[in-house]
Amino acid sequence: MDSNNDHDHQAVPSDLTLRVKALESLLVEKGLVDPAALDAVIDTYEHKVGPRNGAQVVARAWVDAAYKKRLLIDATAAIAELGYGGYQGEHMLVVENTPKVHNLIVCTLCSCYPWSVLGLPPVWYKSAPYRSRAVIDPRGVLREFGLELPEDVEVRVWDSTAELRYLVLPERPAGSEKLSEEALAALVTRDAMVGVAKVMVPKRGAAHEWRA
Amino acid sequence: MNGVHDMGGMHGMGPIPYEKNEPVFHARWEGRAFALNLAMQAWRKWNIDARRYEKELLPAAEYLRMSYYETWTARLVELLVKSGLVTRAEVESGRPAPGSPKATPPLTADKVPSMLRNGALASRDVPIVPRFQAGQLVRARNMHPTGHTRLPRYTRGKLGTIDLDHGVYVFPDTNAQFLGEKPQHVYSVRFAARELWGEQAAPRDAVYVDLWDDYLEPA
Repeated sequence: MDSNNDHDHQAVPSDLTLRVKALESLLVEKGLVDPAALDAVIDTYEHKVGPRNGAQVVARAWVDAAYKKRLLIDATAAIAELGYGGYQGEHMLVVENTPKVHNLIVCTLCSCYPWSVLGLPPVWYKSAPYRSRAVIDPRGVLREFGLELPEDVEVRVWDSTAELRYLVLPERPAGSEKLSEEALAALVTRDAMVGVAKVMVPKRGAAHEWRA
Repeated sequence: MNGVHDMGGMHGMGPIPYEKNEPVFHARWEGRAFALNLAMQAWRKWNIDARRYEKELLPAAEYLRMSYYETWTARLVELLVKSGLVTRAEVESGRPAPGSPKATPPLTADKVPSMLRNGALASRDVPIVPRFQAGQLVRARNMHPTGHTRLPRYTRGKLGTIDLDHGVYVFPDTNAQFLGEKPQHVYSVRFAARELWGEQAAPRDAVYVDLWDDYLEPA
């Protein structure tokens, strides 16, 4: 388990397993940490808070014009209507993709990310290649994700330097007109809500490929 | 500080490491390290800006070499020692110093849902007059503080336009060093991509950066 995925784990994993275990047992023994609280934190981000939250926000905005308007004016309050908010989502902004504007979210200085609607960020979002290039070459970055944008589309990159957290409202895909809100939410990927992908209506039998 | 963490615009970092169906944590220790960081914040011995600054203070080569949660682990050790919650000797031995008192954890499992649900507001409800208005042309200051700052190097000295006033927030530069919150307005500033990067950039593209009053001057 600890020895796979060495692309972002250059240090010897067993060493880190031991170091973190030793640190945890020291802090528990000193009465500084409750290990059950650690379990609860991990459970929250492994099972309860993730990109499905954001997908529901997007789907609601697609089917309910009044909700979309509220979302673009006061995202924090509109997202709270669906029951989401809190840690690393206290101050939210939603930016809308249109046929003429494409938005991309980054944090060049660290790893700021809207946890309350997308969960914890993936490795690539926190990586030096993404953080360094998203601002200077967003079109090249998008190409690396397989997204080629026409020249007449304005790319807006949002660098999360303060405590505002950003969510992209992707364009509703063509061919989705008859889908229910729930079916729409199932199409919305984490990558589309960061702005490195578009939402697509999958061909039959390939639905899982679009889920990130 | 002009650290390696301030990497917007740098070249040579390689391809983006995309992983399909990536798990939230790649190993058990990552989840434990993450949760330890959140649990220890409940002691309120440091704030979010001090936490970010501590990571920036990791040696540059280490910062780039370490995996993400390894940096969180290294940073937590430094914060624990600096705050006096543990000693370096305790970290090294893995055992409490003989005779040290036993504390009571502020964050218990039953409090986790409300802590995460409530979050922590960085905005401050104080009447402070904004120095700039939406639509106004501004210049990001050419400043190079050695402490913590959230003014990225790639914006310094560049012209931008105030797009939106977000309201009043804690100022990271002072808060990170426990020198006070110095609340002030934060604006979304639009920089044309060509202002930042020259003719190589696409003519319509732009970068929006959230910047505090103290980072800006009238253009």
